[in-house]
Amino acid sequence: MMLTWVILVPVIGGGVAVLAERSGTDAPRWIALAAVAIDLALIIAITVTGPAALTAASAHGPWLAETYWRWIPQLGISFRLDLDGLSLVLILLALSLTALSVMTSWKEIAERVGMFHANLLWTLAGIVGVFLALDLFLFFFFWELMLVPMYFIIALWGHERRVYAAIKFFLFTQGSGLVMLVAILALVFIHRRATGVLTFDYFALRGTPLSPRLAFWMMLGFFFAFAVKLPTVPVHSWLPDAHTEAPTAGSVLLAGVLLKTGAYGLLRFVVPLFPQAAHAFAPVAMLLGAISVLYGAALSFAQDDMKRLVAYSSVSHMGFVLLAVFAWTSLSLHGAMVEIVAHGISTGALFIVVGMLQERLHTRDLTRIGGLAAALPRLSALMTVFAIASLGLPGLGNFIGEFLILLGSFSVNRSLTIVASLGLVAAVIYALALIARALHGPERIPPQAHMPLTDVGARETTVLAVLSAAILWLGVYPRPLLDAVATGLGALQSAAGVTMTSASGSGAQRTPGSAPGGDYSGVPVRYSPHSAGPAP
Amino acid sequence: MPANTLMHAWILAVVLFGLGVAGLLARRNLVFMLMSIEIMLNAAGLAFIAAGARWGQADGQIMFILILTLAAAEVSVGLALILRLFSGTESVDADAARALHD
Amino acid sequence: MPTRPGRCTTDMATLLWLVPALPLLGFLLLFLSAGRAPRPVSALIGVGSTALAAVFALVLAGWLLSQGSGVLRVTLWRWIATAGLQVAIGFQLDTLSLVMMLVVTFVSFLIHLYSSEFMQQDEGYSRFFAYMNLFVASMLILVLADDLLLLFLGWEGVGLCSYLLIGFWYRNPSNGYAARKAFIVTRVGDTAFMIGLLLLATHLGTLAIGPMLAGAQVQWPTGSVLPTAAAALLLGGAVGKSAQLPLQTWLPDAMAGPTPVSALIHAATMVTAGVYLIARMHALFELAPSVLLAVAAIGAATLLLAAFAALAQHDLKRILAYSTMSQIGYMFLALGVGAWSAAIFHFMTHAFFKALLFLAAGAVMMRINDEHNIFRMGGLRRELPMAFWSFLIGSASLAALPLITAGFYSKDLILWSAWNFRPGGAVLWLAGLLGALITPIYIFRAVFVVFFGAQHTRPSSRYGVRIVLPLTVLSVLALTAGFVETPHALGSISALSRLLASTLPTRELAGSAALQTVAMVIAMVLALLGIAIAWWIYGRGAAGALRASAPVRALARWWLGGWGFDWLYDQTLVQPFLWITRINRADVIDTGYGALAALGRLANGLLSQTEDGRLRRYAGWIAAGSLVAVAVAMFA
Repeated sequence: MMLTWVILVPVIGGGVAVLAERSGTDAPRWIALAAVAIDLALIIAITVTGPAALTAASAHGPWLAETYWRWIPQLGISFRLDLDGLSLVLILLALSLTALSVMTSWKEIAERVGMFHANLLWTLAGIVGVFLALDLFLFFFFWELMLVPMYFIIALWGHERRVYAAIKFFLFTQGSGLVMLVAILALVFIHRRATGVLTFDYFALRGTPLSPRLAFWMMLGFFFAFAVKLPTVPVHSWLPDAHTEAPTAGSVLLAGVLLKTGAYGLLRFVVPLFPQAAHAFAPVAMLLGAISVLYGAALSFAQDDMKRLVAYSSVSHMGFVLLAVFAWTSLSLHGAMVEIVAHGISTGALFIVVGMLQERLHTRDLTRIGGLAAALPRLSALMTVFAIASLGLPGLGNFIGEFLILLGSFSVNRSLTIVASLGLVAAVIYALALIARALHGPERIPPQAHMPLTDVGARETTVLAVLSAAILWLGVYPRPLLDAVATGLGALQSAAGVTMTSASGSGAQRTPGSAPGGDYSGVPVRYSPHSAGPAP
Repeated sequence: MPANTLMHAWILAVVLFGLGVAGLLARRNLVFMLMSIEIMLNAAGLAFIAAGARWGQADGQIMFILILTLAAAEVSVGLALILRLFSGTESVDADAARALHD
Repeated sequence: MPTRPGRCTTDMATLLWLVPALPLLGFLLLFLSAGRAPRPVSALIGVGSTALAAVFALVLAGWLLSQGSGVLRVTLWRWIATAGLQVAIGFQLDTLSLVMMLVVTFVSFLIHLYSSEFMQQDEGYSRFFAYMNLFVASMLILVLADDLLLLFLGWEGVGLCSYLLIGFWYRNPSNGYAARKAFIVTRVGDTAFMIGLLLLATHLGTLAIGPMLAGAQVQWPTGSVLPTAAAALLLGGAVGKSAQLPLQTWLPDAMAGPTPVSALIHAATMVTAGVYLIARMHALFELAPSVLLAVAAIGAATLLLAAFAALAQHDLKRILAYSTMSQIGYMFLALGVGAWSAAIFHFMTHAFFKALLFLAAGAVMMRINDEHNIFRMGGLRRELPMAFWSFLIGSASLAALPLITAGFYSKDLILWSAWNFRPGGAVLWLAGLLGALITPIYIFRAVFVVFFGAQHTRPSSRYGVRIVLPLTVLSVLALTAGFVETPHALGSISALSRLLASTLPTRELAGSAALQTVAMVIAMVLALLGIAIAWWIYGRGAAGALRASAPVRALARWWLGGWGFDWLYDQTLVQPFLWITRINRADVIDTGYGALAALGRLANGLLSQTEDGRLRRYAGWIAAGSLVAVAVAMFA
């Protein structure tokens, strides 16, 4: 029941925000903040009072809370929400970034304020629903639901080419969602033929016996939808447009949370529902991940528009996540979760910084600005912090994610991991290019700038300070996060069962064999509890 | 009703239907086009009646009554549209109604 | 494990983590003050935190030496703890890290003190000390880390600070370019390092240095593929950070930073991190003899290449930069031949005399309007005696002037170790000797051109105590630091190698004492010969005749550009990358979707042609369609 309220609070908050617009433009902002705060309090209350499954495996499995209602029993559709560590972390990320988005768009959004914040909250509701729903129909419902308000955010409050970007965003995600719907229906009908029960329940469907061919095609259907959302090359091209044209809050939500629904879907659905097929597909998916890492980075470097540059860097970062999910080792999955959170923070922060620059300079064009470090020292320092977080400097969050991902993937596919790690060089190139072109060099301020330039104020400093503290905390003490997701990931891994397990196991076995001589009995110390090879 | 009588009735229906189609395609006057449609509908009705009589079933007559009401509704809506069009364009030419396009 | 449990050990453990924590705290204070702190306060935080770290380091040194051979460990918190990997934030102090820590803290303190006067007029005073403190903290984390991943954190941290400080004067785009080049080139090496970490963690299950090396020695036979691959990858990181072939191109450009930065980061400490890494991982490298040979070969090649390149430079700081590369080449040579403690010995003396050289060069340039070109200086020895004597002492030590300089003893030990190496020792020794001849030529070229001859500039004002003191202390160290380790013929002291013996393996050198003396005399003669040649060309003015010859000019041009490596990398890597990104700026894949959209629009255009509003045509289509439907129903 409580979980339902977690979704309802933003929905209601959005409605109130629309109505509140009449009593002043600041009212919707405060209402949005209040709604997020209430939601945050709710989710924390649920976590604290729920079964203590967060850190230790317990009788409840990984689940902290659940809600189950019959919804359309004739079709086997239920209203089923479940919360585990994975969803918890992602929901917390979504809530925090929404709150920060509201704070950043305090000055940027001046028209239809109530409607804007309503859309923001409704998107949030959809996202939270996606992270909670474990009925496939309900999941699809939320999946589609979160698109609509986001479409309006881009199309109504966006920048120059907003309509183009919004339609592109909608077509890509809607089209890929349709493919997933077909796969969902196929899975449900095959399950009914096998067991005689018509149900959309995730847990029931997880054990459906499938022929490898069918499973592969259905897995592809799911994968397609999530790959578009992630996004991965070659279905990434909606992202730079949508991110660039969206208002700052929209970009933050898109990069910080919406992309993560794709990663979440891969983790929660693609591999556990179709372990064999996912295993068969893993080399291709990992290749796509590695290509995304490098291709995104190369494109990022070439951009003149700051937002576009940051957007392409997201493609690069999410490539790591794709690599990690299909490596499917304990380490790589932990790394993926850290990367998801760290990317949400660092890229979200970069979008916020770029938004602040645009507010002051009225342009995002790197060919027309330069040397801002002198005029805006504090903003520049903070931008530098996030840029170097983005390039994966140890001590900041992204490094932990990328290192664990690469380490976890290394035993599964060595060559692709090495290719992906070249992304670390590429990341330096684009991140430093951003700093160099925007902040360093002779000072160039475009004529349309809002003179005199003022450095970050209290509200902006708060937002960025929170984000930089978070990214630093994640870099030096990621254990709370790792512990929070450990049980959930473990449950997913054991649900995926034998197949993916033997995949990583055989990878681990392959490696010592490459040593010639073989006159030593030492079997490498396995670091993944799930890569069960024969014990030494 | 013997089988070849049914055949004759159906041939008549087909001929009527063909006349209707030809009228519809050939005439430009909307009123005549409407009448052509009526002829086509009646052809279909005739086919139903004949078949109903041949097998001694009431279904054919039921279908005819359905077609009759359909035709009445169609004519009333159609004529109303034509009147609106006429009051706007002073014409009942179908090609002149092309202005509605775009 | 602490050697002896008890209160004293706990206190020492606290001191140990305070050593890197103090500069870090200094950085945080300066960062959070956001430039609002007055200059004296910034300087106090910057210099004070490093001074305190140096004092603590001394206390720790005294304690550790009184303990005999022991290792002090402190674990602060568990950094990464997942099912497969445990990494702790923890420090270990053994004799190797002790030497590194002492040198780093002391040289840092002196250079911070120097900077507080040198940077006095700079607008980014507080920012400068913030970066410098962050650097010192990272460097100390690097040398004290007891886990390879934490070492990597320090490793990347110093790289970041190097980037920030090279580009410190950010208004000039060429400084920014040099900074980015430094970061990117070293990052190439760091990526190799990272892959090495993946390999080690995958196969050994841990990155904690002690257990990992122990595991490697148990599981991996000498010369097998895995240790070779791992060592080669770590070497990639070391080569990048220490500016050795083939990743050496960033160091000369890194001289764009303020001179104290060059002294601290690009001479005394950071660039020797590669040497420390290999020494720290010696157990792994000994499992990979082929990689160790590669280390020696890279060292020998770099020391020669860089020495020749230094001969042709005009920019005083670039001469010193190439000289740094060359001297680190000596250290690599020492590592490669298994003379671990000799490498650390040379690291120590080099830190003193090279920091001295940079600081003296900075002292010269700050008085003549930041002029870098040595040929626009000249005759400065009378006007700037302090700088002159410091630079002279540094040069003498670099040139390994026999008996009285520190550089002589450390270089001699390396040459002697190379001579004893099999196979290929003779070649390595000859390379080292040739380097020992070129070194005095290029550095005394600078001495004679800058301080002798006709005077071209009028220097102004005098130095304050914050510049004089570091120069004096470093001068003394550059002369005397060598006496901790002397050859047979000169007393056979081996204080440093005995100290390091508990951490680094020692190798009994085969050659006799007499042979060692002969080799030493040869090196002595070469050093003096080099100085004489430099005097003959640049002191007496034979340089003009030399410049007149065309082949010499061509050679000089080639060496001036660092043997053309920059050009090569530009043509083969940078330009293709830029070309690809330029032509693909609009994302060719998106063009594909654009084509799809265009196709959709075209189809829309065609189909809307049929919707022309002609009612009768619609009816015709309906009739034709029905006819086709009936036909299909009848015949299909």
